[in-house]
Amino acid sequence: MSTSPLANANLSPSPHRAGRLGLAFSAGLVFAAGLVLSGMTQPLKVLGFLDITAVTQGPFPGLWDPTLAFVMGGAVCVTLLAFAWTQRMTQTPVFANAFHAPAVSQIDWPLVGGAALFGVGWGLAGYCPGPALAAALLSVDALIFTAAMLVGMLICKSFLRQN
Amino acid sequence: MLANLHPYFIAAIGGILIGLASWLLWWGLGRIAGVSSITAEVLSAPGNPDTWRWAFLAGLIVGGCLLGQGLEIPSLPTRPLSLLIPAGLLVGFGTVWGSGCTSGHGVCGLGRMSLRSLVAVLTFMAAGMITVTLMRGAA
Repeated sequence: MSTSPLANANLSPSPHRAGRLGLAFSAGLVFAAGLVLSGMTQPLKVLGFLDITAVTQGPFPGLWDPTLAFVMGGAVCVTLLAFAWTQRMTQTPVFANAFHAPAVSQIDWPLVGGAALFGVGWGLAGYCPGPALAAALLSVDALIFTAAMLVGMLICKSFLRQN
Repeated sequence: MLANLHPYFIAAIGGILIGLASWLLWWGLGRIAGVSSITAEVLSAPGNPDTWRWAFLAGLIVGGCLLGQGLEIPSLPTRPLSLLIPAGLLVGFGTVWGSGCTSGHGVCGLGRMSLRSLVAVLTFMAAGMITVTLMRGAA
């Protein structure tokens, strides 16, 4: 937000500027709706899922909270079908010239090490990046976490640039 | 109406919305809805003229704020900085180093049947579960 969107309008690489922004904003809104509805903006629900050993406390699922599995299950069912359908039916995205699929496919140490560090932070506070941002304006708890998360991202970016 | 439905069913509906939002970004812009990658990208290049990332994040933050107020979220007292700050730093550093989080690797990567994303998801799930278990033991 350091630059005015109007000042950059002529530099935009895509002719579908309004469509792109409207669609991206709508996708963000629907994403937030899904997170709020499913309870994932509440860190205690997430920690209740990660607390896997609680499954032994009483008849299944014990004190374990499987909610996140239903959220992930619902989301992945949609993406499995929809991404396959899109690949089959469309050559290019509606508002862009090409699909930007991640180019990297090898399993390396940054992937595993990064995921492990992320998992530890996730287990400490119960926020991953999406829910933290969606809750940032509603709770001081989420706001402090989000601020630290942004700093962590910048630290890693500069660390990667040096190596 | 929602109150009569089983919480797991509502959670799955929420998940379906997250999946639809992720697909919308792929179908419309050809982009992966990875919240950590999008956030890290606007942080490191805030003046990038292709502003769809800002629009997505605005939708996420504004949507979370407006919709979250409507639902009665059990209020969580602010936890100590000694917990929140290390946790945030780890999540920020780890998601950039590992190229994704629950949305990019989880929702999109698994949907694209990426083996790399599956490894990431299994790793952060396991690390999260081990951390919660150890914290419980320490408490």
